[in-house]
Amino acid sequence: MIKNIIDVKNLSKSFDIATKEPGLKGTIKHFFRRQSKSIKVIKDISFEIKEGEILGFLGANGAGKTTILKILCGLIYPSEGSILVSGYLPYKRKENFLKNITLIMGQKQQLIWDLPPIESFYLNASIYDLDKFEAKKRIKKLSDMLEIEDELFIPVRKLSLGQRMKSELLAALIHEPNILFLDEPTLGLDINAQRNLRKFLKKYNQETNATICLTSHYMKDITSLCKRVICVHNGSISYDGKLDLLLKKLSPIKEILIVCRSEEDAIKLENSGFTIKNKTKNEITIKVENTFITSSLKTILNNFDIEDLYINEPPIDEIIGKILIQKDYDI
Amino acid sequence: MKPRKYLKVYKKFLHTSLASEFEYKTNILIDLITAILSLIGSIFLLSIFFQNTSTIGGWEFEQALIIQGIYTILNGITNTWFNPNLTEIVKHIREGTLDFVLLKPIDSQFYISLKKINPSGFLEIMLGFCLLLYCIKINQINLNLGFLALSLITIMCSICILYSLWFFISTTTIWFVKTWNATEVLRSFLYIGRFPLNSFSFSLRIFFSVFIPIAFITTIPSEVFLGLSQLWKILLEGAVTIVFLTTSRKFWLFALKFYSSASS
Repeated sequence: MIKNIIDVKNLSKSFDIATKEPGLKGTIKHFFRRQSKSIKVIKDISFEIKEGEILGFLGANGAGKTTILKILCGLIYPSEGSILVSGYLPYKRKENFLKNITLIMGQKQQLIWDLPPIESFYLNASIYDLDKFEAKKRIKKLSDMLEIEDELFIPVRKLSLGQRMKSELLAALIHEPNILFLDEPTLGLDINAQRNLRKFLKKYNQETNATICLTSHYMKDITSLCKRVICVHNGSISYDGKLDLLLKKLSPIKEILIVCRSEEDAIKLENSGFTIKNKTKNEITIKVENTFITSSLKTILNNFDIEDLYINEPPIDEIIGKILIQKDYDI
Repeated sequence: MKPRKYLKVYKKFLHTSLASEFEYKTNILIDLITAILSLIGSIFLLSIFFQNTSTIGGWEFEQALIIQGIYTILNGITNTWFNPNLTEIVKHIREGTLDFVLLKPIDSQFYISLKKINPSGFLEIMLGFCLLLYCIKINQINLNLGFLALSLITIMCSICILYSLWFFISTTTIWFVKTWNATEVLRSFLYIGRFPLNSFSFSLRIFFSVFIPIAFITTIPSEVFLGLSQLWKILLEGAVTIVFLTTSRKFWLFALKFYSSASS
C-alpha cells in the first residue's frame, strides 16, 4: 500500500489585512489610525497526498491555493489544524525536512542575476552539503534532462524566460527532493517551453517517485500532469478527486458535427429525433450525452449517407472556468 | 550548527558576490574614488572644527583622528557587509523572495546577513587602519599585545552592536513592510560617531549612550587606543554587545512567526 506523504487535518489560516477607505480623507485616517480585519483565507480543509502522486490545486485567483502550498512547505504558520509532511511539522523547518522538499515559484527567482546559473547551482550544492563531485554529477544529470547544457555558462540576465525557468528548476532540484511544490511554474512561458517543462516534470516523477503538488492557471499543465485535483473555492475544498471524473461531470454532453453527402440527407437527419445545435446546408451539429455516443454514432452511420464526422470535446478551459466559480461538486 | 559547512558556504558567498561585483568594473572604480574622497572630506571637516580651538570635549585634533579612523573602519564594514545584505532584507520581505532563504537548510540570519559583499568597502577598511597606524605614530602610543587585543575586542564589539541595531530595524519590516528610512536614520546617527562623545551636550551624550549607543561604537574603542578608557567602560561595552546580539537574534526568530510571505 502506498503511504501518505502529506496529511492535512482541519487546517485553517487567518490573516490580518489592513483596510483603507478611498480618497485623501481615507488615506489620512489610514495613516493615523490603521484598521485591520482578520480574514480567514483557508477554512477547515483536510486532505491526504500519497507518495509519488502528482496533484493539482485548482481555483480562481485568491482562492487560497498558494497559501496552502506555502503552509505545506513551512513558510506560513497555520492558525488551526494539523499538518504532517513527510513525517515533519513543516512550520518547524527542521533541516532534514528542508532537505526533502523544494518550492518553485514561476514569478520569483533565486538565481544570481549577474552570474551564469552554474554558480548558483554550486552555491546551492554547498548549502545542501553536497561535495563538488556529487554536485557536478547531479548538475550533469539534470541539465541533460532539462536540455540546458549550453546555457549553464551564460549570465542569467542574458537567458530567455524559458531557459531561466529551467535553470530555476535545476537550482531547486539539485538536492533531489522527495516533494516538489510548484506554484505556477509555466507562468509566462511560450507553448514549447511549457511542453518541455511538463515533459521534464513527468519524467522526474517517474524516475524518482517524487510527490508533486502543483498550482497552475494553464489547464494543459493540470490535464497532462495530474490525475487528481483539489479545487479550492474561497479557502474551502470544493472538490477532491480524479480529474477525468470531474471533467465528465462538468461536461456530460459532446457535440458531433456531421457532414452529409446531400442536403436531403441533412434534412432527414434533422428530423430523426436528435437534439440539433445548428444546421447549415449539408452540415449538422447535434448534441449527444456521453453515455449514448456509441449508439448514436452507430445509428447515424447505418441510416444516413455521411461524408465526414467530427466529435467535439468542449474546450477544457471552458470546463475549468466552471470549476473556478462553482462552490460544490456532487460527484 | 556545522562550522565546516558554514565556512564552505561562506566561501561560496564570497566567490559569487565578488564575481557579481566584478561584472561592473566602472562601478567598483567609482566606489573606490568615493571612499578616498569621503575620508579626505571628513578629515578636512574635522580640521575646520579645530581651527580656532586646540581641544573639543577634551580631545585634541590628533586624538580625534583616532575616532575618525575607527569610524572609517566601521563605515567600510558597513559598506562591505551590512549595506548590501541588510538593506536587502526589506526587498526580500516586500517581494517574497525570503521564501527561498527560509526553505534552505541553513540558518536564515547567517544567509541574509552574509550572502553579499561589496569589495569597494575593503578600501575604506584599509584606509581606516592606515589612519589608525598614523595616529599611533603621532600620538606616540606604545604598541603591546594587551593594547592590540583590547583594541581589537572593542572594535569587534562596535561592529556587533552596529550590526545588531541595523538587523533589528530591518527585521521590523516583517510587520511594517517598508522601513528603509529607519536604517537611513541609523546611518545618519553613525556620522555622529565621527566626533568625540564629550563634544556633545549632556542630554545628547545620554541619548547616544543609552538609546542609540553610538558612544559605544566609536568613542570607547578610541579611548582604549589612547589608554584613557576605564575597565568598567570596556566591560560595559562587552555586556551591551552580548545583549544586542542576543536580542536581535531572538527578535528575528520571533518575527519569522509572523512572516506571511508576499502574494503570488
